[in-house]
Amino acid sequence: MIRINELSKKYEMGDNVLYALDHLSIHIKEHEFVAIIGPSGSGKSTLMNIIGCLDSPSEGKYSLNNIEVSKFNGNELAEIRNFQIGFIFQGYNLVKKLTALENVELPLIYAGIHAKERHVRAKAALESVGLSERLHHMPSELSGGQQQRVAIARALVLDPPLLLADEPTGNLDSKSEVEILNIFKELNAKGNTIVVITHDDSVAKIANRIIRLKDGKLEQESEVIEDELTTSV
Amino acid sequence: MSLLQAYKMAIKSIMNNKVRSFLTMLGVIIGVGSVITAVAFAKGSTKSITDQLSELGTELITVNISMRNSNRDVNYTDLEEFTEQNAELLAAMAPQVTGSVTLKNSDVTWSSSLIGTTEDYSKINKKGISSGRFLIDIDNTYRQKIVVLGSTIVKELYKGQNPIGKNIKINGNVFKIVGVMEETASSEKGSNDDRIFIPITTAQRLLKSSRINSYQFMATSAEVSELAGTTIENYLFKTYKSTDAYRVTNMSEMLDTLDSMTGTMMTVLGGIAAISLLVGGIGIMNIMLVSVSERTREIGIRMAIGAKRRNILLQFLIEALMVTGIGGILGIILGNLATFLIGKFDVVPSVYSVEWMVLAFGISLLVGVVFGLFPANKASKLKPIDALRYE
Ligand SMILES: Nc1ncnc2c1ncn2[C@@H]1O[C@H](COP(=O)(O)OP(=O)(O)O)[C@@H](O)[C@H]1O
Ligand SMILES: [Mg+2]
Repeated sequence: MIRINELSKKYEMGDNVLYALDHLSIHIKEHEFVAIIGPSGSGKSTLMNIIGCLDSPSEGKYSLNNIEVSKFNGNELAEIRNFQIGFIFQGYNLVKKLTALENVELPLIYAGIHAKERHVRAKAALESVGLSERLHHMPSELSGGQQQRVAIARALVLDPPLLLADEPTGNLDSKSEVEILNIFKELNAKGNTIVVITHDDSVAKIANRIIRLKDGKLEQESEVIEDELTTSV
Repeated sequence: MSLLQAYKMAIKSIMNNKVRSFLTMLGVIIGVGSVITAVAFAKGSTKSITDQLSELGTELITVNISMRNSNRDVNYTDLEEFTEQNAELLAAMAPQVTGSVTLKNSDVTWSSSLIGTTEDYSKINKKGISSGRFLIDIDNTYRQKIVVLGSTIVKELYKGQNPIGKNIKINGNVFKIVGVMEETASSEKGSNDDRIFIPITTAQRLLKSSRINSYQFMATSAEVSELAGTTIENYLFKTYKSTDAYRVTNMSEMLDTLDSMTGTMMTVLGGIAAISLLVGGIGIMNIMLVSVSERTREIGIRMAIGAKRRNILLQFLIEALMVTGIGGILGIILGNLATFLIGKFDVVPSVYSVEWMVLAFGISLLVGVVFGLFPANKASKLKPIDALRYE
């Protein structure tokens, strides 16, 4: 599903050139649950943003479903973000002035789905993350865990095959964290491909593959990690 | 994303920021409101002048004789004949001599102005009689010492009582009062009602001047009044041999002049309107730019979950349009309220101009598009990741 070859992201600051990602190659297959770990500043978010079509690489190739992403124009990228990818952020990124339901309806609006069906689907998505009682709450009236669940409902509402989460539980207490990880597990069981960034071992453990990044490079071969994991479980 | 959806989003965003939205609108509200008021004022004052002029009749043609560069003169019987010969153009003619006189009733004296004229004067000037009669041709033939009084004089010298049949002294000569004019203006000293009318032949004798300095003609209709004016000019030129000796003034031409003056006034107002709306528009652009940078993160979130460039563009553009549209409507309401008050307090008559309301509203929308486009375009061109990272 995801093929990344010799991909780099450079930031030029004056005379210094910083390689946030340094000739990185990663392949992720359909239905996989992948955890990306690594120290702060190792390029995890940069990688995730490129996978999520929010950012573009400086060099190298990234293809999604066997199509080179750099070939897409702005509108096509927007459609991919709309239909193919659900993105979950550490800081939830809800629109503050909209209710939970309205936030979840947003992707449906941009997908051109009309009001009635939109309402039904957004409600169903919120129910599936256990928030049927909080439809008309503003984000400020919800706890962190609830806000993140609204964000997950929003990411799921168009049923995208690929889910990306950048430290989704980083701001949450352990109870909320468990709830959210359970949601991910269920989704993966239903067939969604999931990529999660974390520096939390308990999150990494539920993944079936771990990718370790350091200074924008792979620290260890992913195959080896998978073997390690299977033996340790 | 449908247009309806974009409208809903815009309304939501405006309602979420009521105070700011109102302040943004203020420029447009004041701009549109003042344009509507200024137009109403201009149209109202033009209307009151036009009304006064057309009260005299658009068929009125005035001839003033100065005899400059000429030593010949027409006499009024010649002009009466000329009028009869041109009956298809001219319906009536009245010569006039004017002078200041002192009136006396027993011990009370009053100075007033005298008009010596003929029967047709009342027809041409559309002046009626409230009691008695006006001058008739036979009064002129016999140089009758009779007089028709303006209403002011009746008030001043007869305490408002009917003076018909009584005698009055004009410059020491006894005249018999045969009629009283209808009240027209506000009956003050020097107004149109502070006048007396006597037969022109009697007036020439009383004022010891046989020269007639002005004539009034009435054209058979407003349409022929220009042709009638030229015909009169041609006739007068035959006698005076100099265009300096007389002046022919045509009421319908004066109304045309007034019309073109109104046109000029409207152009100036249009300019003011454009400037005030421009200022309003710059205000809107400024606030929209602030709004875009304030909502950069929101734009980033929307893009991250699938908003296309044109969705963002439409959202901000429609928001700007709604702000100026609502501002335009409020401005029109404000302007019409001011127009109503102008009329209510008798400054000038209230004239409501639908064309200007439509124009002002159209311009407000245009301002919305023009000044909303730049911020909206700026918002839509953001890269998703840059918008999301924006603090
Ligand atoms: N917009 C940017 N401009 C300059 N440097 C950046 C930018 N974004 C990220 N970086 C740098 O790239 C490196 C990787 O960042 P990031 O992917 O956020 O790391 P992580 O998510 O693993 O903590 C860091 O050194 C960071 O400072
Ligand atoms: Mg990060």
